[in-house]
Amino acid sequence: MTKSSARNIFIGGTLFFAAVFLILTYKSLSSETLSKRTHPENISDKVVWGKRIWERNACIDCHTLLGEGAYYAPELGNVIKRRGEAGVRAILKTDALQGWGTVRKMPKFNLSEKDIDGLVEFFKWVGRIDTNNWPPNEQG
Amino acid sequence: MTQCKYESQRVAYPYFLIAILLFAGQILFGLIIGAQYVWPDFLFPAIPFNIARMIHINLLVVWIIFGFMGSAYYLLPEEVEGEIYSTKLALIDCYLFLVGGIIAIAGYLFRWHDGREFLEQPTIIKIAIVIVVLLFIFNMIMTMVKGRKRTSISIVLLGGFLGLAVFYLFAFYKPANLTEDKFYWWWVVHLWVEGVWELIMASLLSFLIIKLTGIDREVAEKWLYIIIGLTLFTGIVGTGHHYYWIGTPAFWKTWGAWFSASEPLPFLAMVAFAFKMVRKRTREHPNRAAVLWTVGSAVMAFLGAGVWGFMHTLPKINYYTHGTQITASHGHLAFFGAYAMIVLAMISYAVPNIRKSGGFANQKAEILAFWTMVISMIFIAITLTGAGIAQAYLQRVVGLSYMETQGQIAIFYIVRLFFGLTFAAGLIIYIYDFFSSSKTA
Ligand code: HEC
Ligand code: HEM
Ligand code: HEM
Ligand SMILES: [Fe+2]
Repeated sequence: MTKSSARNIFIGGTLFFAAVFLILTYKSLSSETLSKRTHPENISDKVVWGKRIWERNACIDCHTLLGEGAYYAPELGNVIKRRGEAGVRAILKTDALQGWGTVRKMPKFNLSEKDIDGLVEFFKWVGRIDTNNWPPNEQG
Repeated sequence: MTQCKYESQRVAYPYFLIAILLFAGQILFGLIIGAQYVWPDFLFPAIPFNIARMIHINLLVVWIIFGFMGSAYYLLPEEVEGEIYSTKLALIDCYLFLVGGIIAIAGYLFRWHDGREFLEQPTIIKIAIVIVVLLFIFNMIMTMVKGRKRTSISIVLLGGFLGLAVFYLFAFYKPANLTEDKFYWWWVVHLWVEGVWELIMASLLSFLIIKLTGIDREVAEKWLYIIIGLTLFTGIVGTGHHYYWIGTPAFWKTWGAWFSASEPLPFLAMVAFAFKMVRKRTREHPNRAAVLWTVGSAVMAFLGAGVWGFMHTLPKINYYTHGTQITASHGHLAFFGAYAMIVLAMISYAVPNIRKSGGFANQKAEILAFWTMVISMIFIAITLTGAGIAQAYLQRVVGLSYMETQGQIAIFYIVRLFFGLTFAAGLIIYIYDFFSSSKTA
């Protein structure tokens, strides 16, 4: 193989595989697929607010969400299933007052009633995403 | 031979200097979060884990990019046979990047941040980063236009930087639908480290191999195209190994598995290339430390990205290891082996030439630092792998809760912190050597 044929193979192959990837992307994010797997019609204002609070406090840099993030604190994609809505609400309320946790701790985030509502709705919506059956059990 | 051929190559020096100082900052914050795993109340609540972690990783990414830019400024004049278009712009850009970076890190300490992993930079900082990179690319293109030659190495390097800039733009897109959000988040993270950054790494590797072994450029550049071909043929569709469990269709379990399982190939090719060329060398380069870093980088990248990546990339395994300490072990070994070490290799090669220091008699400390850091990092990765296997088993097979599991595997975190400290010792030796008077004089 000469250098210029190696270069041509590189360019052609890259364009080809990029095209394959774009087709798969299109299939993954088509409104039909998204609505079947993620139920975007349930993304209410509260869910949107919850995501904002989630980001504003960088919860992802301690927790995982659908298995991505940091590994210092429990998975939260299925937290509603594990703790129940009332349980999660109680945890977040306690946190708003004094932080949460026994050994490792979560800082006190001063979450308002509206923030807690949003986070709970956000977790409820995330919990219904079709994740191909991940996590393996409710411990996350 | 041991001096810059072009005066403007020296503009790489402040980039390298800043890269090393930020590297030290990264490790300081790595030790802080490593210590918090052992003593959760350490520095809490003044610097909670999430803040220290974002600083650890943001400093990492920023110092690597400083290192890439410095490497490009060093390499370009020799490649294109002409001075850097504007060294003034290069310096202004360097300080703009530094000031932006410091503001961002200081801001994190005061809770001024956004909230997606690795992309915590507030929007204004993100815009500043884009400007810095575009100015850099402008300078690079003008240098190439004005130069007498355009080599494959310089073109591939430019392609890498263009890709870095283009994919970073997806950091600005934040859809409300979490699945879509995560989908494009990986276009920054995965398509960087398993795509365009590998183009940068491969061209730096080729440059170093040519300089250090004296082999024929035609041969090296053919290898370069083979390596980056393997990278993008596998790595683009390989993004699918992150699309198993985030709400994306099940067909990714097939596509992601096959393509990502082939992703070790470009790293294998880099190892083959490095060893083959060193064996066929036509000159005995006096800078032994640079040879060590260069070959070491290819080997460690293969280990961290290729072997450790392959270990958890198939869906049947990833189902249990997804988001555990296994991920962290791979992240460390791959980032260090591929990107930290290739930058350190460029520094090791370039800085003596920039300083016109001549002799290489005194490289004992640098080589000691090399082995200390490399061996420490291997042990950090092995320890975290142990932690991850135990975690996946206890939490996902036995069914203990997350916090109970963490209690059971506490010993691993103590050992990890120990090797974190030995890593830091290696870095201290490195920095001491870098600034020691016998070298800077
Ligand atoms: C500094 C790290 C840290 C940050 C940041 C953090 N958490 Fe936590 N969180 C923890 C830890 C540690 C636990 C487990 C405490 C325990 O069980 O003792 C926890 C537990 C939880 C739980 C209960 C999970 C369960 O299954 O018991 C919820 C819900 C939660 N966090 C939500 C949040 C939200 C929402 C945010 C962002 C606003 C957040 N966390 C930010 C560390 C953190
Ligand atoms: C003193 C040595 C170091 C220590 C103690 C350390 C510690 C840590 C800790 C505790 C985390 C957080 C893991 C979690 O979320 O639970 C982390 C993340 C990370 N560190 Fe380090 N680190 C060190 C050195 C390094 C080096 C040298 C690199 C790369 C060059 C690096 C790259 C990373 C990366 C990429 C992540 C994110 C991992 C992921 O998301 O999976 N670290 N580190
Ligand atoms: C130098 C190249 C590479 C670097 C720097 C790198 C770095 C990383 C980092 C930092 C993460 C964690 C991301 C997060 O926080 O969620 C990660 C995840 C992952 N990497 Fe790599 N990686 C590289 C190459 C590879 C290769 C070649 C493979 C496959 C063969 C691979 C397979 C994976 C997989 C499967 C995950 C997801 C882990 C999980 O499910 O939690 N990586 N990588
Ligand atoms: Fe990846």
